[in-house]
Amino acid sequence: MAARNVAMREAIRRALREEMHRDENVFVMGEEVAYWQGTHRVTRGFLEEFGERRVRDTPISEMAIGGVAVGAAMAGLRPVAEFMTINFAFLALDAIANHAAKVRYFFDGMFKAPLVYRAASGWGNQATASHSHAPEPIFAHFPGIFVGCPSNSLDAYGMLKASIRDDNPVLFTESIALYPKPSPMPDDLDDDYLIPIGKGDIKREGGDVTLVAYARGVDWALGAARQLARDGVEAEVVDLRWLRPLDMELVYKSFKKTNRCVIVEESLPMYSFGGEIAANLQERMFDYMDAPIKRVAAEDVPLPYSKDIELLALPNAQKVVDAVKEIL
Amino acid sequence: MVYFPTDMDKQIALATEGKAMVPPSKEMLLDWYRQMVLIREFEETCHQLYEEKRITGVYLHLYSGHEASGVGSMAALRVTDHVITAYRDHGIGLILGMDPKALMAEMMGKKTGSSGGKGGSMHLASKDHNFWGGYAIVGGHLPLAAGIALEARYRGKDDVTMTYVGDGATNNGYFHESLNMSAIWDLPVIWIIENNGYGMGTEVERASGQVELHRKAEAYGIKSFGRVDAQNALEVYAVASKAVEYARSNRPAVIEHVTYRYRGHGVSDKQYDARDDMSAELREWIEKREPIKILRDCIESKYGDVGEILAQHQADAQRIVAESVAFAEASEMPSSYEDLLRNTYVASDLVHKTDDSVGAGID
Repeated sequence: MAARNVAMREAIRRALREEMHRDENVFVMGEEVAYWQGTHRVTRGFLEEFGERRVRDTPISEMAIGGVAVGAAMAGLRPVAEFMTINFAFLALDAIANHAAKVRYFFDGMFKAPLVYRAASGWGNQATASHSHAPEPIFAHFPGIFVGCPSNSLDAYGMLKASIRDDNPVLFTESIALYPKPSPMPDDLDDDYLIPIGKGDIKREGGDVTLVAYARGVDWALGAARQLARDGVEAEVVDLRWLRPLDMELVYKSFKKTNRCVIVEESLPMYSFGGEIAANLQERMFDYMDAPIKRVAAEDVPLPYSKDIELLALPNAQKVVDAVKEIL
Repeated sequence: MVYFPTDMDKQIALATEGKAMVPPSKEMLLDWYRQMVLIREFEETCHQLYEEKRITGVYLHLYSGHEASGVGSMAALRVTDHVITAYRDHGIGLILGMDPKALMAEMMGKKTGSSGGKGGSMHLASKDHNFWGGYAIVGGHLPLAAGIALEARYRGKDDVTMTYVGDGATNNGYFHESLNMSAIWDLPVIWIIENNGYGMGTEVERASGQVELHRKAEAYGIKSFGRVDAQNALEVYAVASKAVEYARSNRPAVIEHVTYRYRGHGVSDKQYDARDDMSAELREWIEKREPIKILRDCIESKYGDVGEILAQHQADAQRIVAESVAFAEASEMPSSYEDLLRNTYVASDLVHKTDDSVGAGID
């Protein structure tokens, strides 16, 4: 099938634009999404195409962005609310965790909140401590909301479409480092190409060790796998894609084959994605375990400004290779 | 601290000018009385049941003393309009016509409760009545109100969203962000600040730099309809009617209802409200500003002896609430895992689920 390389931001823009054409109830709101054309250029051209009614600039009011989306969704619209970066979504944590995730539950199913929060996420580029987080696991902590974190363009396209069409609230993170990164998308891609919510994907097959990752972590895992292959070690890369629901079945299947696992994530190490996966593995796969589960995450510090020590704090492919070698 | 409107004459003049208000008929006034005695009976019964541990939990915020605030303002709405409030929500549900049986069952955490026992006292709602809840985080419902109003605006409908907000919430970020958003987006929200003098135990003067809370509207370019004596249902109705008419043309409005809570912040702060100075203050409000008595005096001064009808409403209220208690107590508790997990998510074909999925609910 013919394919061409597309940057992830283009894939996200295409998905969003198509969904707005498909469903009149879908609208976007957020800081600088309209006249500024989107801080990350995802909504470039939207104002001209859809107008102010459906492309709504907000003031710098994250609490309101988070909560207005909930009310509008309960009332029957399908908001796609953008947090310029996920760092600012901390200000909206109550709206997300206490309202979006719970309005269905505490009224026992009377309402639904079919909304998507989009948030650019990730470390790096000397953005400094308060603008350098990949805190997806914090949001995945709460039942009632789904969390999607794509690692390439095609996944981002199919995952965002599923998120918009689903009747549950979804927090959808977009790794800033991956926005410009091209990856193949088929030329004849169907408008209804959807990736099921909670379905992981094997990004590389291998029988010696399982690397479990999501979003930017998948890049590091694939880079490590290429390096390991030169030494004759075949790593299987499991991209979970969604932090909630979590496709543990896929991890178990791989682990039964490899009996070894390294978990890779951009986020911080304590109370983390790595901890969650490792806990599930030891509970269910104890008999298949040939070595300790290893975790590669960011260092347990705020991110500094200066370039060299910033890089020291981040995970990379080499750190993954080193972790694998410790358990082979 | 007792807030009486300082410019009552001006308020009355404001309320009676213009054409917004449908003059309240005798039937309307009698129905307001019916609603108010039903609320009072329901709330005082809840209080009693809590003392007897027949209602449990830690949160139960009663509307006793606030009745005219809700009754008078919601009388200005039509059925397609929307209502949302915080956790002092029992009275709001009753005014909108929710079944007292389902409300009382919710207080007791029963399956037959309006939220299936999942929400309790603070999470009452009814889709059938455009009552969107019932929220427990101070200020948390305010952006939801703006979002609900946005739906009407988005679809070109002229329904308004009446939003009740306590005095305490006017100090948190949700209030500022939501009012500002409603102003720049021209959202049809009537922000009704129910100022009962205290945010939990803190007097308004100790919590807000601007003690005339309705004046906070000015900061966002929102029209304030002023401070209203919310123990007087007629006064409330008159001002709300004007604000509703104004909001229908896609403009937010603010009204400050000056009222008083008879049963403290909630069941958890009895000690605070038992202070001597608070008791004296409460006695003064009950003696001089009792909302049910004010309405009764008003009806009687205009229509003469209606004692029989009013007594009938009182008797009906007692019967209805007693029946609701019997219904609730006879109802089943949710007790299974299915009950526990149900409605965490909307059941969805788009969700990939296997026996080993984690965090997908059970639907």
